[in-house]
Amino acid sequence: MRVNVVVNGEKRQADNVWEGESLLYVLRERLGLAGSKNACEQGECGSCTVYLDGVPVCSCLVAAGQAEGREVRTVEGLADGDKLDPIQESFVECGAVQCGFCTPGLLVTAHDLVARTTDPSDAEIREALAGNLCRCTGYEKILDAVRLAAARKENA
Amino acid sequence: MTRSAPARSPQDLAETVSGGIGASPLRPDGTLKVRGEFAYSSDLWHEDMLWGATLRSPHPHARIVRLDVSRALAQPGVHAVLTHEDVPGENIYGLKYQDTPALAEDRVRFQGEPVAILAADHPEIARQALKEIEVEYEVLEPITDPERAAHDSTLPKLHPDGNLVRYQRILKGDPDAAAEVVVSGVYEIGMQDQAFLGPESGLAVPDDDGGVDLYLATQWLHVDQRQTAKALGLPPEKVRLTLSGVGGAFGGREDLSMQIHSCLLALRTGRPVKMVYNREESFFGHVHRHPAKMYYEHGATKDGDLVYVRARMYFDGGAYASKTPVVVGNGTTLSVGPYNVPNAKIEGWGVYSNNPTCGAMRGLGAVQPTYAYESQMDKLAAALGMDPADLRIRNAMSEGSTNVTGQVVDFPAPVGELVQRLKDMPLPPERTGAVDIRDLPGGASNVTHGEGVVRGIGYGVTIKNISYAEGLDDYSTARVRLQVIGGEPVAMVHTAAAEVGQGLVTLQQQIARTELGVPRVTVHPADTSVGDAGSSSASRQTYITGGAVRNACRAVADAVYALAERRLARSAAGMSLAGGKVVAADGEVLTGLAELLGEEIVEETREYHHRKTYPLDPETGQGDAHVQYGFSAHRAVVDVDVELGLVKVVQLDCAQDVGKALNPDAVLGQIQGGSAQGLGLAVMEEIQVVDGKVRNPSFTDYLIPTVLDMPPMRIDVLERPDPHSPYGVRGVGEPPTISATPAIANAIRAATGLELPRVPIRPEHITGT
Ligand code: FES
Ligand code: FES
Repeated sequence: MRVNVVVNGEKRQADNVWEGESLLYVLRERLGLAGSKNACEQGECGSCTVYLDGVPVCSCLVAAGQAEGREVRTVEGLADGDKLDPIQESFVECGAVQCGFCTPGLLVTAHDLVARTTDPSDAEIREALAGNLCRCTGYEKILDAVRLAAARKENA
Repeated sequence: MTRSAPARSPQDLAETVSGGIGASPLRPDGTLKVRGEFAYSSDLWHEDMLWGATLRSPHPHARIVRLDVSRALAQPGVHAVLTHEDVPGENIYGLKYQDTPALAEDRVRFQGEPVAILAADHPEIARQALKEIEVEYEVLEPITDPERAAHDSTLPKLHPDGNLVRYQRILKGDPDAAAEVVVSGVYEIGMQDQAFLGPESGLAVPDDDGGVDLYLATQWLHVDQRQTAKALGLPPEKVRLTLSGVGGAFGGREDLSMQIHSCLLALRTGRPVKMVYNREESFFGHVHRHPAKMYYEHGATKDGDLVYVRARMYFDGGAYASKTPVVVGNGTTLSVGPYNVPNAKIEGWGVYSNNPTCGAMRGLGAVQPTYAYESQMDKLAAALGMDPADLRIRNAMSEGSTNVTGQVVDFPAPVGELVQRLKDMPLPPERTGAVDIRDLPGGASNVTHGEGVVRGIGYGVTIKNISYAEGLDDYSTARVRLQVIGGEPVAMVHTAAAEVGQGLVTLQQQIARTELGVPRVTVHPADTSVGDAGSSSASRQTYITGGAVRNACRAVADAVYALAERRLARSAAGMSLAGGKVVAADGEVLTGLAELLGEEIVEETREYHHRKTYPLDPETGQGDAHVQYGFSAHRAVVDVDVELGLVKVVQLDCAQDVGKALNPDAVLGQIQGGSAQGLGLAVMEEIQVVDGKVRNPSFTDYLIPTVLDMPPMRIDVLERPDPHSPYGVRGVGEPPTISATPAIANAIRAATGLELPRVPIRPEHITGT
């Protein structure tokens, strides 16, 4: 089948998509957007999180056909050209990235949290990120990064 | 299949950042990683590539009676189906012992053992075609009890030499010493998984010369190259490996997974072949942490001085040896912990079984005994009526101590101080009044409001050997080049050392900046076109590869001084490099590096070898087996809901000596991440194996800590330089994983008064149901 999606503001089309292919597969292997990660492909780790019509979802759980005609924003679409999004900046600055495999999914989740919440409490941050596994960092620096991005947004 | 843009190379680092050793510069790969542009091994893509897939045994132990691939090969879109008969070289590999078939021949020894591989146009075609491979098995009784495997010679032999991989005994002082106060216990530890997030994956590209290029995520390029070349029947130089982005490792990438398979398929089809494991396959495709059963007895004086330790420990290595010999070596030599013990009798067995193969994981061989002896220390403290922290401080080893193998600790060992510092840290406030139920065990889904919740405090202290031991010459190689690019001096560092997330690339730059006094440093992608760097494991890369980079930089600096001596006609004595200039002993700036070098390129390659270690005496286990030790200690505060058996770690504090923090932020990151893995082992992480079969190969059922499980941490980093290591460093990565587990287990015991002789501690262990 053919799937049409708007990805990061651009109309994209994938041909010969198999029944059963996930949105994650289409993004990674057909559209060349390998930023969203394939850590479990079972909806358990959050590494593949993307915005679908503005709502964060695990793209490994979305069938490619379900994305037809919809808007997808991936980690590649967070930065404004060369300018990183504040959440990306704070992840780099706080040392919240080690191997970085969890990072793209965490960034989308955290981006959403910071966009819809002003001054999130620690409990709110933890709850929001609870679906994103990270095996390297112990999360402490990820929490720092989200707090920093939220504070910067407040003061902006 | 089309693709818009190729992913960028992981170490295509146009930008460099400032900061020498002791600073915490930002990771040079950080920006690529947050942009989603960093090319991990599963992101690689090649026009024309095929997808590889692996058929694995459903049985833990079986004879292969018949294997027919013809139906699979006839499927449209399938380009090759291979079995052991298609392995052109030796169908056997292994890290310590050569005992693992690349593809099973007449027998499978664990569930998930690779039996056949194939390549197809689409991953789904590949998966479907696997079902068309016909294998007839004669199912055999699996061997699943490691203790029996060690002693029962009537069991079937899994390997020609039987089922014992290694036995090691250590005798110190009077092994039969008696003591006034004696405590004993039997401790068990479940099978933990590295659970790195980036799946096993790689891209093999055949070359016109009959060789192959493999781009992959690994911990040690050269050891993969040697094993893969042997199986392919090619000379090593025809099997070129390049490190791709690695999504975590923790020991799980030390053994081969898809290396030989992807290369075989690429060479057979003449096309690039990509292999990517899914999460379930990843659980079958790599080795795990050795489960263990340990019998311990501690004897002490009434005043609390340790008199003896006696221990017997059984490590289940599973189907193939992998790192089992090292686990037995580490496990026995570190068996008494960071304590002074005059008398000891220790025995360790590592065995083959039909359980999943176990090998390297962070804290290799030290995690198991630390859990046991730290449980014992609390038991002993209770028997003596002593404070558990004070008992540890009283017996703590220090510089000049002699360890259980007779080796003198000739470097700082501030064990007692680590515990004291934890003891002095403030505790979290007691819960009073109304509580936020999200902070209670079980979180928002909890049904209590704090009734039935009790709090406990526990300590865990560990000693871990750094680097490879028992006489291994464990070295690294670095090539450093200095040249003028765009009018500026630029240093380029090239090693084969694997950046697995720990921050090695940052550190190589920091060292070069410090040694050569130039701000601009790039790191060449790690590959096999430079000498061996050894493994990114055993907390050794900063130490060993850091040492190699330092040595190569110093050789480059010496060459620069010689050049300056000739050009400027003055003695090189006392010259140094700083700020891109050559500076005389008295501080006078002699010349800019850019002017001095001009078109000239200075390049030097050097190795770093750590000081010699020696094998253990097979009878007594005595010997100077270790290079260096890392020490860490944790204090855990836990809340336990005794009715539901749920545990919430409220606070987890750590004190660790790192010798010298070359990158303080990265050190904290290692301690935080390591502590999380230790927490996982204490309360949730276990591969459940029943009759040799894995019951939970998914992230739904194998639980790793989430952000809700990790408590705040206070971290106290000591820097007591080791006079024998480069810059005084002490390996950092492993100790925090090791000491976190017993601290949490001890805290749960303190809260509940229960024996809890097994980790992970599950709710039913607490509720007794
Ligand atoms: S890859 Fe989608 S949730 Fe793990
Ligand atoms: S940084 Fe490696 S998984 Fe999060």
